[in-house]
Amino acid sequence: MEFRYEIEGGNFSRAGHASSAVKKILKQLNVDNKVIKRVVVALYEGEVNVVAHAEKGSMMVDIDEQRIRIRIEDSGPGIPDIDLAMQAGFSTASAAVREMGFGAGMGLPNMKKNTDQMHVTSEVGKGTQVEMITWFRQ
Amino acid sequence: MKVRDLIDKMGLTLFSGELCLDKEISGGYVSDLLSDVMGNAAEGQVWITLQSHKNIMAVASLKDLAAVILVKGQAPDTDTMAHSIEEQVPILGTDQEAFETAGQLYHLLNA
Ligand SMILES: Nc1ncnc2c1ncn2[C@@H]1O[C@H](COP(=O)(O)OP(=O)(O)O)[C@@H](O)[C@H]1O
Ligand SMILES: [Mg+2]
Repeated sequence: MEFRYEIEGGNFSRAGHASSAVKKILKQLNVDNKVIKRVVVALYEGEVNVVAHAEKGSMMVDIDEQRIRIRIEDSGPGIPDIDLAMQAGFSTASAAVREMGFGAGMGLPNMKKNTDQMHVTSEVGKGTQVEMITWFRQ
Repeated sequence: MKVRDLIDKMGLTLFSGELCLDKEISGGYVSDLLSDVMGNAAEGQVWITLQSHKNIMAVASLKDLAAVILVKGQAPDTDTMAHSIEEQVPILGTDQEAFETAGQLYHLLNA
């Protein structure tokens, strides 16, 4: 099964919509609650990164019996140094975004911790692609 | 303890979500960082925070939290309340600070 959700950069009032829709699907499919709990963290952080750091993007979710594959692609500034961005606490979020409680620099580390596989690619000035896979049988 | 008992015992304001006060409370989590709550809070916990914008409800609902308590007299925005009803996670409030609020909650849950 494949699903696709559009994510609007800068629009914090819609942040979480895609993640919440995917969570509902996983519940309907009776995926193990522990797996859903992990995947939800990764979905939300990935979605928020597009909202906070990019112009627009989409979340593509592919679910089969064994696993969920999440691919988040955006057009935006890209990430110049992915290893640095992956470090806990590193953030380029604006003061306004931090004031809302975002921009703790924990998003990418949360995504890595809560998925079985994660791969980030990015081109500066163009955009970022994040792919995450989690198996249902842990 | 259910959310409804917590409101009684702590004298909390109920801003929204009066139809979902029967959730059982498993514990509490104190943070104003959304990623921290996302990464570390657990199902059924009550989230104590200063943040009152709409995104707290997305986090609370994705994490299946029992309720959110806004401290220091913070009131939720209208769209935060709408989201709370939609997602069935009540928003409560107190004039106290996070320290006192967490202390009381801890005491009530461990009494
Ligand atoms: N989709 C993205 N586009 C551009 N930059 C990004 C993107 N995702 C993450 N980054 C960069 O990586 C940093 C760390 O991301 P993250 O760990 O999620 O923390 P935070 O979002 O809280 O800043 C961000 O501050 C930003 O500089
Ligand atoms: Mg982030």
